[in-house]
Amino acid sequence: MLVAAVVSLTILGTVFGLLLGVAARYLRVEGNPLVAEIEQLLPGSQCGQCGYPGCTGAAQALAEGGAPVTLCPPGGRALAQALAAKLGVDADLSGVEDKGPMIAEVKEEICIGCTRCFKVCPTDAIMGAAQQIHVVFREACTACGKCVDACPTESVTLQPVPVTLQSWHWHKPQAGSVA
Amino acid sequence: MKLFDLRGGVHPEGKKDLSAECPIRSVPLPKTLYIPLQQHIGAPAAPVVQVGDHVLKGQLIAHAQGAVSAPVHAPTSGVISALGDHAAPHPSGLPVPTFTLGSDGLDEWIALKDEDDPFALSPEDIAARVAAAGIVGLGGATFPSALKLNVSRGARTLIMNGGECEPYLTCDDRIMRERAVQIVEGIRLIAYAVGAQEVLVGIEDNKPAAIAAMQAAARGSAVKIVAMPSMYPMGSEKQIVQVLTGKEIPAGGRPADIGVLVHNVATAWAVQQAIRFGRPLISRIVTLSGGALKTPCNVEALIGTPVEELIAVAGGYAQPAARMVLGGPMMGQQFSNTNVPVVKGTSGVLALTASEIGQAEPSPCIRCSTCVRACPVGLLPLEMAAHIRASDLTGAVDLGLKDCIACGSCSYVCPAHIPLVHFFNYAKGDLAAQERAKLKQEATKKLAEARTERIARIERERTEAMAKRKAMREAKERAAKEAAAKAEAV
Repeated sequence: MLVAAVVSLTILGTVFGLLLGVAARYLRVEGNPLVAEIEQLLPGSQCGQCGYPGCTGAAQALAEGGAPVTLCPPGGRALAQALAAKLGVDADLSGVEDKGPMIAEVKEEICIGCTRCFKVCPTDAIMGAAQQIHVVFREACTACGKCVDACPTESVTLQPVPVTLQSWHWHKPQAGSVA
Repeated sequence: MKLFDLRGGVHPEGKKDLSAECPIRSVPLPKTLYIPLQQHIGAPAAPVVQVGDHVLKGQLIAHAQGAVSAPVHAPTSGVISALGDHAAPHPSGLPVPTFTLGSDGLDEWIALKDEDDPFALSPEDIAARVAAAGIVGLGGATFPSALKLNVSRGARTLIMNGGECEPYLTCDDRIMRERAVQIVEGIRLIAYAVGAQEVLVGIEDNKPAAIAAMQAAARGSAVKIVAMPSMYPMGSEKQIVQVLTGKEIPAGGRPADIGVLVHNVATAWAVQQAIRFGRPLISRIVTLSGGALKTPCNVEALIGTPVEELIAVAGGYAQPAARMVLGGPMMGQQFSNTNVPVVKGTSGVLALTASEIGQAEPSPCIRCSTCVRACPVGLLPLEMAAHIRASDLTGAVDLGLKDCIACGSCSYVCPAHIPLVHFFNYAKGDLAAQERAKLKQEATKKLAEARTERIARIERERTEAMAKRKAMREAKERAAKEAAAKAEAV
């Protein structure tokens, strides 16, 4: 009687153990799918301004809930809103984008043509050559600020994006106007 | 003819009697004209003349670039003195790329070719000539007309918009009274170019003289003049289609989706001038009105004429203007710099007094829903504004923000003076800015990925080259060693 109980329990244990082992192999979850989805939203310029190693690191921190949705300065307010919607959290957007969208600009008078800025630009937004004045392609600049740190003469600065007729729109009616 | 009902709408005081009885006057030739490169929806035109060039009246000075664009022509003869920034006729007053043309006083036309039988041309040819003449929708939307002709080929119904429902404006009224014959020919050309079977000209019944003139001119042709009840916004594209055909343009759609093409009556005149005489669009009728002007009137102004010269034609100010508006008072654009030029879309210049604008401080919404009854599109303005005020733009879009035609009827009737349409304009602008930011982010992401890939490739190629060099060097050394061993053995 005792032997039968020991044998049956051993067999049951072995079978279930094998089943679990097989299931773990074939039904494995590969990483957190949320990380990939969040990474899709991020700018992908790997600028590191958030303090994480690149956009993948930031996406992981966001997915684990260890980082605020307002962490990405180049993404600005729109990205913070998108992340909040994706993660289902209420974002406090009051601190985001006080300065509005920015863009890098080369002060031509003090540019010495050292080529350091365009070597660090993650989006190839700066054009130049040795001993030549460098210029920024506005459309490609994400205002990540890497070039500002690299510039030895403080010739590169971040400036607000100039308003054109295409980008101008009415401001929000003042708080005094109630609806 | 049976007319169909329209939802909503308002009845603002017309104020058209200020300028309606004043025939179209000409304006003394301005010394300097400012001609912006962008006077239409789409991509700005690209300059083809240089600073210092002498140009003739009607000469092409900037050609269309891109799928949606329109060329620009010299409004008079003279010398291009600059191509630079000048204040835009726009509420922002931002500088835009503009030609400065110093007129030589001769007003000398470029050689033009008359067309004796325009109906012998092919429809494609007519559209091409309309495109070359730089004609855009003169009702104010300034969409390139030729593009509309091309996408609407095969439309069953052509509707000509003579509604002019905005208060104060009388430019379409006057052009229909004075140039009805040419307009009807232009309408027939447009109908021929798209192959329309039915041609309706909708005119509000507060313009009996224009209706009579157009009826006389259209007698014996397929063009049918229809008197419509006076109501704002009858002259809006969606509304006029609904009143005349009973069909509703689907949300986010265009009239072409239901087989209808809508053009303004003044555009028909420009088309007739372009096809019959080869004249490009270089002038337009502008209403100068408002209580602050001495003698409100209608003028035919060259494109590029500074607004202050028009105000001088209207006798200057009778009293200080509290607000200057380009276009009508309901949908027009406020501006302050009177040095801005008349452009293709300028239907009126209004100098309004403080009593006319009647500005009052907004007070809280009492949810009376007067705005809901006034909305011609059937939206809930009070709800949309509340969402926008709380920065919930997606909520406003769900309520139909994208279908709002910004007619301002809601703001006009609001007893609490809430600037409802201002909320909607802000929200639409902000949404467009977000959309642009998203597109830019996608583009920069591709750039960043391309760079990472490139750097990885360069690194890989370098290691490969190093490995190759190493292998070659080792092979050489081995060969040398073997040779030495052989020599030793010998």
